[in-house]
Amino acid sequence: MIGLVLRRLAQGVPTLLAVVTVSFFLMRLAPGGPFDLERPLSPAAMENLRRVYGLDRPLVVQFGGYLAALARGDLGPSFSFRDSSVAGLIARGLPVSATLGALALLLAAASGIGLGVIAALRQGGWIDRLIGLGAALTLSLPSFVVAPLLQIAFGLTLRWLPLSGWEDGAPRHLILPVVTLALPQVGALARLTRTSLGEVLRTQPIRTMHSLGLPPARIARHALRGALLPVVAYLGPLAAALLTGSVVVETIFGLPGIGRYFVEGALNRDYTLVMGVVLLVAALVIVLNLAADLACAWLDPRLRAAR
Amino acid sequence: MTASAAAPLRTLNRLRRQRAALTALAVLVLIALACLAGPSLTGTEPDRFYPDLRQLPAGLTAQPDADHLGPALERIAFRIRARVEEARRDGDRLRLVLAADRPIDTRGLVYLPRSDLFGPAQVVEDGEGGRRLVLDVPVRSLRFPLGTDIHGRDLLARSLVAGRVSLAVGLTATLVALVIGVAYGAVAGFLGGAVDAAMMRAVDALYALPFVFFLILLLVFFRASLVLMLLAIAAVEWLDMARIVRAQTLSLRERDFVRAARALGLSTPRILARHIVPNALGPIAVAATLLVPQVILLESFLSFLGLGVQEPQTSWGVLIAEGARSIETAPHMLAAPAGFLIATLVALNVFGDGLADALDPTASRR
Repeated sequence: MIGLVLRRLAQGVPTLLAVVTVSFFLMRLAPGGPFDLERPLSPAAMENLRRVYGLDRPLVVQFGGYLAALARGDLGPSFSFRDSSVAGLIARGLPVSATLGALALLLAAASGIGLGVIAALRQGGWIDRLIGLGAALTLSLPSFVVAPLLQIAFGLTLRWLPLSGWEDGAPRHLILPVVTLALPQVGALARLTRTSLGEVLRTQPIRTMHSLGLPPARIARHALRGALLPVVAYLGPLAAALLTGSVVVETIFGLPGIGRYFVEGALNRDYTLVMGVVLLVAALVIVLNLAADLACAWLDPRLRAAR
Repeated sequence: MTASAAAPLRTLNRLRRQRAALTALAVLVLIALACLAGPSLTGTEPDRFYPDLRQLPAGLTAQPDADHLGPALERIAFRIRARVEEARRDGDRLRLVLAADRPIDTRGLVYLPRSDLFGPAQVVEDGEGGRRLVLDVPVRSLRFPLGTDIHGRDLLARSLVAGRVSLAVGLTATLVALVIGVAYGAVAGFLGGAVDAAMMRAVDALYALPFVFFLILLLVFFRASLVLMLLAIAAVEWLDMARIVRAQTLSLRERDFVRAARALGLSTPRILARHIVPNALGPIAVAATLLVPQVILLESFLSFLGLGVQEPQTSWGVLIAEGARSIETAPHMLAAPAGFLIATLVALNVFGDGLADALDPTASRR
């Protein structure tokens, strides 16, 4: 078990290396630099700045330097947020994004899987069709449409909730962003659960249980264990996507999360900040995919034996 | 091949029984046709600015109506350096009396038809040495069923033209992703063994990349352009397709007709093109149908952030971004393009689901 975890984490290292390499050279190839201001600096000042940050050295040397620092766990100083390290900025942004993401994940998983189970148990009935249509609808609602609509409805018209802002994570400020983030995933999870559970319910063991006269609720519990496999596999990358923040939701609701730092970093050519965020996202994807695989192995004894 | 000859017919029959999927298909065809026909359907040009008719709400009243006629005339009269002394409307004709302290330059009257609200004016009476003109002006009758935007452009016409771009991007990027994914998956699955293992490990590694972040980086750094966005989206979206096609190929590879083809000495590309891919078309079609809405959503997301389609071209994402900016004063500006986008996405998702059900041999008959 521990061996498997270590092996999988080791497999993630080349992926992370690829991520670092691609984003490093992609950014350096791009026109513009971190010190391009509205009013250009004098050539001497520019030269000084570039030397202080080591941008005057050959690209390969810079890359080697970055990797060496990275191996020590140092993400470097930020170029655009003066006097801040990238690690410090991420430490400030991640709690915001992760709080929103975790709440959205909980909301989406609870309601999505619940609705999917109901639909699968009533397959072909009107409830099933209603849930199916609802799922197709929420899947098709872009967050950049939902967010302004929620702001109008609950912020401006009803005045129940604040329009935007963070306020140290006050619950009132969390509701609208969390709902916006969760909504499309409710549909996706409901659909996935319905399909998967529907297939399991048609298999021979389940039919046998029916013929033995077991109560439907108990049968559903047995079926659900197997049916949750693809759902859990989907939850891994979903968790990574939600926890690392949504660029759109954070922008519209004015939340100081990872997504905002990323966009600002990209616009300001803040090389180290962008690299830090991309690296964080990639690492989270790897870890959470592993977590999802482990959960699958726990749910399905056959997968445990196979490894 | 003979065994599966009846399959498309059976699929068609099953699909016909699904009312939801057929309704979705009809909606899609309607939206696509409307977008293609575009401005010739609405009778207004999508790029035409009507400065006097800004942010009109949705409605069927003919414009300019009583509320907008006066201000429009005042504005035009100011440019002609005259005052509106009298304006009486009778159906689609307007009796307009202009007055000024100095003789009015009749060349200025071209401002009337130039506004596109009026036809060419005819001078009925020329009094007081040219300082007072009585004009007969035809009034146009324009309709903006979905209202106008902040510059007074017709939102229906703009939504339709934007739809062309959104649909074209969705279809093209899907097609590119389809070609890459099918080729990659079929080759990996058919060759099997070490080649397959290596190719699929590469796909696994690519899955772990934070693609949306890369997409944003790419478009921020190298000035956003339609082609770049198309390629970038396609480069992201072929992974699922490759996995699906590989799984199909793995099971098809061992079927008798494929073995027979191999025994007859057909080359690998021919077997793939003639026997493997045609028999995997069902799942491919479903995946492609469900990929189109994802691509359209991604395109509008990027365009919403200002990284996708650029002015003067427009797409639903661009229009939604404009609408979201002025949602407090003119909510209809968000509603029009968002309605088109959501209707298209829902229809594509519902149709894709129906197609999957129709192709699934284990699904219960309804």
